[in-house]
Amino acid sequence: MDKMKKYILDLVVRHITQPRPGYVLLQLTDPERPLPAMLPGQFVEVRVDGSPTTFLRRPISINFVDREANELWLLVHAVGDGTRALAQLQEGAVVNIVAPLGNGFTLPTTTSERYLLVGGGVGTAPLLYMGQELLSRGCRPVFLLGARSAQDLLQLELFRAIGDVYVTTEDGSEGERGFVTQHSLWADVDATQQWRICTCGPKPMMVAVSRLAREKGLPCEASLENLMACGLGACLCCVEDTTEGHVCVCKEGPVFNVEKLKW
Amino acid sequence: MENIDLGTNIGSLALKNPVMTASGTFGYGLEFADFVDLSRIGGIIVKGTTLEPRQGNAYPRMAETAQGMLNCVGLQNKGVDYFCEHIYPEVRKIDTAVLVNVSGNSPETYAECARRIAELEDIPAIELNISCPNVKQGGMAFGVTCEGAASVVKAVRAAYPKTLIVKLSPNVTSIADIARAVEAEGADAVSLINTLMGMAIDAEKRRPILSIGTGGLSGPAVKPVALRMVWQVYDAVKIPIVGLGGIMNATDAVEFMLAGATAVEIGTANFIDPAVTVKVVEGIADYLQRHGMTSVRELIGAAHLDR
Repeated sequence: MDKMKKYILDLVVRHITQPRPGYVLLQLTDPERPLPAMLPGQFVEVRVDGSPTTFLRRPISINFVDREANELWLLVHAVGDGTRALAQLQEGAVVNIVAPLGNGFTLPTTTSERYLLVGGGVGTAPLLYMGQELLSRGCRPVFLLGARSAQDLLQLELFRAIGDVYVTTEDGSEGERGFVTQHSLWADVDATQQWRICTCGPKPMMVAVSRLAREKGLPCEASLENLMACGLGACLCCVEDTTEGHVCVCKEGPVFNVEKLKW
Repeated sequence: MENIDLGTNIGSLALKNPVMTASGTFGYGLEFADFVDLSRIGGIIVKGTTLEPRQGNAYPRMAETAQGMLNCVGLQNKGVDYFCEHIYPEVRKIDTAVLVNVSGNSPETYAECARRIAELEDIPAIELNISCPNVKQGGMAFGVTCEGAASVVKAVRAAYPKTLIVKLSPNVTSIADIARAVEAEGADAVSLINTLMGMAIDAEKRRPILSIGTGGLSGPAVKPVALRMVWQVYDAVKIPIVGLGGIMNATDAVEFMLAGATAVEIGTANFIDPAVTVKVVEGIADYLQRHGMTSVRELIGAAHLDR
C-alpha cells in the first residue's frame, strides 16, 4: 500500500466546526480536481502557517473521505501551538497537505469477516472512515468507543449511521462505566465468528486491547502516533521497536499488526 | 534561461547544479520521487552508512524547537553490504550524482566501508561523516580534534580513490583548523555544518525529551552559525566547500555560495516541503538572471571583498 502515489496539495477549508470544546473538524476540498485515493488508517502531513513556534508539519489521521462532496475530513485535537493554529483556520483558507501517507488497516476480502473497531479519545477519528469503507464492502462494523466522560465522545451520531455503537466512559455518564476493555460486549467476541480488531487511541488503551485480542486469539491491528518529522520514511525519527527492529511508523505503519509490536 | 550555467565542480565531481540533499533528510531519494523529478537535483547524498548494521538510538529521537528540530537518530542503517546489494541497484538508476555518507567507529571501519563503496561504479563520491553527535563511539569524537579528523581522513584517503568530501562538526572551537587538518590529509572537499549539539527538556515531566538526552539541532535556527563557518573555512582552505545548515529557499542557498560554498545541501527543509530542492534550483537560476550573471560559479565566495 505504501506504493500509492503521494501528493502535495493546496486544499481549501470548506467547513470548520467544533464538535466539542478543544476539537475542530476541518472539511477540506480540492476545488480543481478529485482528491487522490486514500485508505482508512492512512494520514496526512499538514503544514501549519502563521504559528511562529511551529516548524514541522503535523501528522493528522484521515477522519473521513466524502467522495461525493470531494471532501477530506480531519478531526484535530487542539493540544499545542500547531494544532491550535489549525483550529483557528477560517472557511476559505488554504491548507497545504502531503497525502496520503503510510499504510491503512487491512480491509476485508469476504463479507463474512466481522470488524470490531475500538477507539479512545480523538483516536476514534480514523475509525469513522474505516467503518464507512467496511460498510461499502458489505461488512457492517461494530464500534466500541471510549472516553473519560459523555462530553468527550466525538461524532457519535456519524458512527451510529454506519454501524452498531457501544460506549464506555470512565465516569459512567454514557454507556458502560469503565474502560473499553471492560465492556460486556467482549463476552460475545471470539474467534469462532471471524472477528478482527482495529484499534486507535491512547497507547495504554491500545496495549490493553491488543492483549485482550491475543487472549481471544483474534487478529488485531493498532494505529500508532509516534512523534514524526518527515512522514515519508526519510528522517527515521518516528521509529517503533518491533520484532523486525526499529521501523518508521510513518512508512511501515502507522497501522501495525500487534504481533509485530513488542507490547 | 538556457544561457545560464548552473554546473559546479567539487574536485573532479561535476554537478549539473549546486543543489544536493543532505544525508539523513532525503532517504535514498526514491522516497521523494512522487514530489520532485530527482534528475533535476544536483546530487543526492544518501543516509549515513556504516560497515555493520546499526539499530540507532531508542525512541523518542526528535524534538521540535524554535525554527528547527533536534534529532538523535544515531546512524540507523542496514550496513554497507545491504546498501551495495539492495539499494545501490535502485539508486544508480537516478540520473544525478548519488553520493554515500560514510560513518564508522574507528579509522579502520571508516576505511573498509569506503573501500566497499569505491567498488560501486555509479557512486562518484562519498561524504565522510566525522561529525555525528548522536553516537557514543566514533562519529563526532573524530571530528572535534584535528588529530582525530586527520586520522580518519588519512585512513580513508588510502582506501578511496574517488572524490572524498569530509563533513565537519560545528561543535568545535575552530572549524577552520579542522578544515585545514583534513585538507592536509588529502580531502577533496569539506561539507559543513553537521548539526549543532543541543537538547530539549519537557518541563511538565522534568525530563529530557530525547532518549539519549542530547541531539543535533538543524533547521533555520542554525543558519547564521553555518554561514559564518562557511565564511571562515573559505578563508582557511583551498579545497571546495559544500555549505549546509538551515537552507530553506534559493536566497539561503545563494548566501552560502556568496560566503564561499561551491555547492549546497538541503536538509531539514525537505520535511517541510518535499519539493523544495527543485524550487531552490529554479530560484538560483532566477537570481543569476536577475543579477545579469551567466554562471553559478560566479557566486562562490563573492561576498569576500578582500579576494
